Amino acid sequence: MSTETSNSESTDPSALLEFRQVNTHYGAVHILKDVDLAIYPGELVCLLGGNASGKTTTLKTLLGMVTPTSGDVVLDGEVVNNQPTSYRVANGVTMVPENRRLFKRLTVKENLMLGAYLRNDRDGINEDIEYVYDLFPRVKERLSQKAGTLSGGEQQMVAIGRALMSRPKVLLMDEPSMGLAPALVQQNFELIEKINNEGMAIFMVEQNANMALSIADRGWVLLTGRVILDDTAEALRANEDLQKAYLGGGSGE
Amino acid sequence: MTTLPSTLLLDWKRIFKWGPICAAALLFVSLVGMPIKLDPKSIISPLLSLGYVSLFWLPLIFGYIASSRVVLEGVETSKPGLSDLLTGVLTGAIGGAGLTLLMLGIENFDIRDPLINWSPQLLEVLAFGARDLNSAVWIGIGGALGLVGAALNVIPESLRRVVSYGSFTVLAVAIFEPALDDMSEGFRLEWLIELIFQKRGGLKLWPAIILASLIGLISVISKGKVKKAVAQYREQEGSQKKQTSYVLFGIVAVLGIVLPIFMGTYVNSLLANVGIFLLLALGLNIVVGLAGILDLGYVAFFAVGAYTTAVFTSELSPFFAPGMTWALSLVFVVILAALTGLIIGAPVIRMRGDYLAIVTLGFGEIIRLLFLSDFLKPYFGGAQGILGIPGIDLGFVYISGTDTRGIFYLVLFFCALAVYVSWRLQASRLGRSWMAIREDEQVAEAMGINTVNSKLMAFVVGAVLASFAGAIMAARVGSVFPNSFMILISIVILVVVIVGGMGSIPGVFVGAFVLIGILGGPKQPGLLQEFGSLKLLVYGMLLVYMMLQRPEGLVPSARRTQELHQEEFLQDSWLKGTDAEDEEQPVEGEEAQI
Ligand SMILES: Nc1ncnc2c1ncn2[C@@H]1O[C@H](COP(=O)(O)OP(=O)(O)OP(=O)(O)O)[C@@H](O)[C@H]1O
Ligand SMILES: [Mg+2]
Repeated sequence: MSTETSNSESTDPSALLEFRQVNTHYGAVHILKDVDLAIYPGELVCLLGGNASGKTTTLKTLLGMVTPTSGDVVLDGEVVNNQPTSYRVANGVTMVPENRRLFKRLTVKENLMLGAYLRNDRDGINEDIEYVYDLFPRVKERLSQKAGTLSGGEQQMVAIGRALMSRPKVLLMDEPSMGLAPALVQQNFELIEKINNEGMAIFMVEQNANMALSIADRGWVLLTGRVILDDTAEALRANEDLQKAYLGGGSGE
Repeated sequence: MTTLPSTLLLDWKRIFKWGPICAAALLFVSLVGMPIKLDPKSIISPLLSLGYVSLFWLPLIFGYIASSRVVLEGVETSKPGLSDLLTGVLTGAIGGAGLTLLMLGIENFDIRDPLINWSPQLLEVLAFGARDLNSAVWIGIGGALGLVGAALNVIPESLRRVVSYGSFTVLAVAIFEPALDDMSEGFRLEWLIELIFQKRGGLKLWPAIILASLIGLISVISKGKVKKAVAQYREQEGSQKKQTSYVLFGIVAVLGIVLPIFMGTYVNSLLANVGIFLLLALGLNIVVGLAGILDLGYVAFFAVGAYTTAVFTSELSPFFAPGMTWALSLVFVVILAALTGLIIGAPVIRMRGDYLAIVTLGFGEIIRLLFLSDFLKPYFGGAQGILGIPGIDLGFVYISGTDTRGIFYLVLFFCALAVYVSWRLQASRLGRSWMAIREDEQVAEAMGINTVNSKLMAFVVGAVLASFAGAIMAARVGSVFPNSFMILISIVILVVVIVGGMGSIPGVFVGAFVLIGILGGPKQPGLLQEFGSLKLLVYGMLLVYMMLQRPEGLVPSARRTQELHQEEFLQDSWLKGTDAEDEEQPVEGEEAQI
């Protein structure tokens, strides 16, 4: 178990986003069990785990859409357990939801602007939208198209662009490669790496463990709501148990 | 020689589908009593009354439907011709046969007990007043009307325009007769009214024909120009659009201020009714159309506004304070309406759509029952309500409840306010949050939108606008009773919004004018007073038709159309290999605006 290391991490004031012994419940069902996490500026980290292990719940708890029953969520050194999602978004956390979930009947431009919903700095917004256009020239060509009519790859670009529009410090991504064609998956990971290389901290949930670990700095593995592994990406890739359970083939747990 | 094969090619399936439907529709219309009740309203005197129109249009429409073809791109269809006409005739004749059977039935059996309109009176109307008319005549009439309907498919487009615009104009002018009559005095145009209308009501024959041909001609000349102008307006950008908007707004404002001076009591009070419902509908439009919250208890806020005014300004109420004018009481109206909005909204707003609708329905009734209750009788007067509400004292003018022109101006002012508020909200950050919430509430939340607050705001704004309508209503009528605030009002307002076009401000205007102005409100008569108890039936039918055929409403907001017809658009453009240019919009929308 890795409680020791993560405890020492969680006292680290330089962490951007942290879980300290977080527990969550849906009704009476215990989902996350004493979870410790820490994300540092500029890092690319990933959370692995089988179906229903609590990965999405982790993200929702980080973003404030689920409230922990005990433990603390810490953002930039401040305990934000009781702060709503809007506060956390305003202070630098954003999520690219599972399956992208664009506002399908709104235009691409409207989708992007809703990403900047909480911001008032017109100049900053313009700057960021230019940044998104640079990153995804394809998006710029389709500004007035309904988001629902975009191809899967384009939707992914808009989803990431929308998230970037809030000018986050850390980007939470829920299974970014889900539902993408195999050729696009590779491209997608390259893109994530690129955004990360420009300084953005990224916390990524993935089923595609091998690929995720190949670009990540560190990773955690969740098993039924408990962190069973917490290590560098390299070490995780070398971990035989994990390889067997997960990376080698089959997704069974 | 050539006719034989084409007659054999008749589409019997369509005839035997639409014919009986037409007959059923005719029987239904007859038995709910439309021909009898609407007979007094003359369209072209003495030839045609609204009662007969309610029968005649059915074979015509069904003849048209049965003979129109599904045009598929790339599939060759023979030219419309004789077989289509025959299809129309047969469909209409089958429909007419329904009435023949009805007449025979009424002559020989008496089932007046369940069907009150199964009466000699109906028989008389169906027999055109003649005693011994052969009932088979209706087969012929049906056939002839079906032929006309089918002919609309066959004749060239421009001729079709002339016919449809011409007849719609005659119908519209006849419907507007009481209003025109009332306005003629102010404009000193009595002579014109005398020229075209019969003394006992209804257009004279020749003026009707001239009018129809004139409008028909104009419609051909101006073909497509209106649509083009609208499209042009929609395409304008930024400052240019703003400019056009201001000009349009200016014209409407001037008309609104100047016209009432020339209008008599009748039109002013009619428009005041329309305005009160318009105000309500604009408020509900924010809640339902923009924020996507289906509130079925909207009447509650109307009631709160009316009762607050009553309680504070009526001498007969225990809260009466001398010196409390209508204008001052408005402060309390706003505060109490907003509070009620919050109190009802807070528990409701977290629910999902269908549950929310049901619970708001309950709250609407609860508020009414509170005003009705014995427990609160000392304050609200129970079933007796509160009487003796004075007129509207604005400080600089006094408008008594019977001063229809003054009331209309006041209503106009509040409607303008409501339009301004809706318009600004739509473009605001709050408006954008509603848009996102309507699309995907969870993701909206993940974007940092406080969904609960956003939706509550819609609720509160809607509540305040409704309460204004209530305050005006109370002063206008001079009394309030709990039973003036039945669920029916909520429903009617909702129908106005839906029929007009959810989320579209012009749509709400059209909805209010068509429904409240022409058909009438729940208790207020419209231009067509004859509809009386049939009103709700027509409301219902209109609603069903709209939901099936034109869910985006008469004047849809640009966004809604795209939302509802996106797939169709895509398919169309795919079929045509071009960007969808929607040409074949049904015409109802334009007619309704005239
Ligand atoms: N709103 C909810 N109410 C009740 N139970 C929930 C709710 N959301 C998730 N759960 C349950 O919590 C558990 C963890 O769900 P979660 O979505 O976090 O899994 P996950 O690791 O993201 O799975 P996947 O890889 O399939 O996306 C599941 O058993 C799920 O059924
Ligand atoms: Mg998940």
